[in-house]
Amino acid sequence: MTHTRADYPLAETQPGAVTGKHGKALPQITLDAVLAGDVTMEDLRITPQALRAQAGVARDVGRPTLALNFERGAELVEVPQDFIMQVYELLRPGRAKSKEELLEAAATMRDTYQAERIARFIEEAAETYAARGLFTFRF
Amino acid sequence: MTPKLNRWKRFADWDERPLRLDKFAAEDPANGFSAFSSPADPKPGIGIKGRRVVSLDGVLEHDYDMIDRFIARHHIDPDVAPEAMALDSATVARWLVDMNVPREKLVRLAHGMTPAKLAEVVSQLNALEIAFAYSKMRARKTPGNQAHVTNAKDDPLQLAADAATAVAFGFDEIETTMRVSRNAWSNAVACAVGGAVGRWGTLFQCSSEEAEELRIAMAGFTSYAETVSVYGTEKSFTDGDDTPWSKAFLAAAYASRGVKMRCTSGAGSELLMGFHEAKSLLYLEARCLCLQRGMGVQGTQNGGIDGAPLTATIPGGVRELMAENLIAVWLDLECASGNDARSTESEIRVGAKILPYLIAGSDLICSGMGSILKYDNSFNPSLINGEELEDYLVLQRDFEADGGLTPLPESRAIELRERAVEAIAAVFEELGLSTPTEDMKTSVVYASGSDDTRSLMPRDVSFISEAIKERGITVIDVVKALANRGFREEAENLLSVVKLRLSGDYLQTSAMIRNGRIVSAVNDPNDYLGPGSGYRVSEERRLQLNDIRDVLDQKEVLRSEALHEKDEAKHIRYRNLGPAANGSAKDDVVIGISPAFGLKLYRTTAGHRLSEVLGAMLDAISARGLKARVVRFRHTADTSFLGLSAARLAGSGIGIGIQAKGTAVIHQRDRQPHNNLELFSNAPITRLEHYRALGANAAAYALGEMPEPIVVPQRGEAMGSRYHARVALIYAIETGLTEAGAAPEAVDVTLTGAKS
Repeated sequence: MTHTRADYPLAETQPGAVTGKHGKALPQITLDAVLAGDVTMEDLRITPQALRAQAGVARDVGRPTLALNFERGAELVEVPQDFIMQVYELLRPGRAKSKEELLEAAATMRDTYQAERIARFIEEAAETYAARGLFTFRF
Repeated sequence: MTPKLNRWKRFADWDERPLRLDKFAAEDPANGFSAFSSPADPKPGIGIKGRRVVSLDGVLEHDYDMIDRFIARHHIDPDVAPEAMALDSATVARWLVDMNVPREKLVRLAHGMTPAKLAEVVSQLNALEIAFAYSKMRARKTPGNQAHVTNAKDDPLQLAADAATAVAFGFDEIETTMRVSRNAWSNAVACAVGGAVGRWGTLFQCSSEEAEELRIAMAGFTSYAETVSVYGTEKSFTDGDDTPWSKAFLAAAYASRGVKMRCTSGAGSELLMGFHEAKSLLYLEARCLCLQRGMGVQGTQNGGIDGAPLTATIPGGVRELMAENLIAVWLDLECASGNDARSTESEIRVGAKILPYLIAGSDLICSGMGSILKYDNSFNPSLINGEELEDYLVLQRDFEADGGLTPLPESRAIELRERAVEAIAAVFEELGLSTPTEDMKTSVVYASGSDDTRSLMPRDVSFISEAIKERGITVIDVVKALANRGFREEAENLLSVVKLRLSGDYLQTSAMIRNGRIVSAVNDPNDYLGPGSGYRVSEERRLQLNDIRDVLDQKEVLRSEALHEKDEAKHIRYRNLGPAANGSAKDDVVIGISPAFGLKLYRTTAGHRLSEVLGAMLDAISARGLKARVVRFRHTADTSFLGLSAARLAGSGIGIGIQAKGTAVIHQRDRQPHNNLELFSNAPITRLEHYRALGANAAAYALGEMPEPIVVPQRGEAMGSRYHARVALIYAIETGLTEAGAAPEAVDVTLTGAKS
């Protein structure tokens, strides 16, 4: 289902459908639940579904580039923090020594995490860096 | 003889003003010193084949640098570009200031415009038009504001207290940073806790190294990030150690963690970094902004930012800062519109810089305002700081413009600061991080800045900060600690902020929290279409803005006069003797007093007892061997007419008129009412010796002499701003007692000579 501006804000229009990673919905995440030890940081993580819903809202109000960013974000939700930081580092100037290193990261994103948009984005970076000589060694 | 000097002394006076500390740079496009246009700027242009942008502002695809490439692929909408680029720039500029052309139409066109085109359009607007267009084009309807909360010691107790204060002033976001980078975790916890005192919903960021900042966000302490910088030339970008792709990847990473994010860019950064390509500031900034839209970030911190002081040295620089902000909102980005790094030492330039934004409104007018004192600002002083925050509150009231802040009563500030300090101390104790002493806490509660505190020092803080990081303490641990120690409300507030990231509602453009609800460009879009539309200050909000401290009203004036009534009764007695007679003796001088003189009002605006003032004048007249009479007039309260009426009664033809507030005149029988002999109009600086001299001169005129007129020296004080509100209220009391045709009354005055 595609979300629109009518669904916004999700936390008000459908709080029961807004859940964390383990399926706990907004109304269940109370202070008492926290004190009882029933809430972990994972329960406070956004889901790919929520990000795709926000992408729908953004597209509906005429913000297609913002929507694409939410969709790239949705693909990264399940990607471990360390790998995200590793890829970020690799995308910085001169970190990757060749196009292949970036292409390899893109392949991991695609194959391991089904992050198709992210993979294409990294491939585009690889192509650009090659064209602009960014794989040069920086002292 | 006066020696000839080699300069006009006015220039020496000017040398002493704060303005002269500002340095100004000559326009020099070849060296990057050009605000709006440079010979090196490209002409707007686009080539599209199929859906591919094959040339951009005169650069062919195979020559694209990284930035061109990113803009061509991710910003330009090939369906809109042919139409948008074909439009006459002057026509589009007029649309920007035409209230009948809806925002959505212009936003759609911007999606098809190149950086050079956007720059060419906004260049045609003057400063007023830019401000107006900004007001019309900004994405969210309701304006907001952001604060810096930092201190010179990285003291978490003070951070918590200052965060709570900033929240109470109404800031929608608070931003911290550190003197010592390893103290980031402590700063984050302190501001998160302080920001949860009083109400919930203030978003919080901890500006630190990219990877560290994301980790702190992951631990739940912060709710947004904005220091993801982008630049307008390829070399600046790589020197900044990033590329458009690495930054866009970071943007997606923040979204994936449910954390709000905006980029930062601003004029002057490329110039500061030495890679300006001789392009104008505005053109380079237009590139940055197209890039940001292409990256899919919801917003930008824009308007010079760290480059604002440099930009302000260039002709038209301040107008350029406004113009780049306009491009940002035209591109439909949330705009945290700069007005942060202090770009001048001149308070006039500060006021002038902020005013268009205050009136136009902005998603975040400052990004941010120093809610702390200048020396405590670890980002560097802001345009407006803790010192001047009250001036800003008054500007809101002056212009009935909502700058996002609300006056805060002192007692409430102390209450919140105490609560915040106790809360962060409880969290530290509960988590075994530190045990702040009572002295530390008290010193912080009442401190204006860290010079006044005896609290934790940067080294102490490092141990706390590293423990938070090493032990993997998260916001859940802090919420629990707060609740366990009785800070249940703060625990709820903090949890509510973290819960925002679940729905991602606040990832949408220009999102903030007001009264516990999300307000963004989606559900609060700017719908300006002329007067009566767009953001309007509601009556309720207007009353809030008006509610600054120490406001005078008639009740207050009467209350303070009542305090003096008893005191004057000890010094003077007035006895009404009935209708005053016309004098005939040559030595007869009349002092005409106003209706409320000594009856309802007892002191001059300078604070002198009326008994002393009257005594000084009577003494001086009798010292010349003349006889003074006191007559009360009730037909007028006007000084000139009091004086003239007195002169007409006086045998000598010379009279003095004096109002209770101390304004006085020497008059002569046959003169026009406003053509007096001497006028003492500046009562607030008129001292007893002046009233004595006034009496002496009146006597001299009565004796047919030509005395040296008394000049009450003034040093340019803004008398009106200091006294006129009080004066008008007092004068209304006088005029309220007047009665048309009331006859003058002779008054017998007895001065008791009481000492106190």
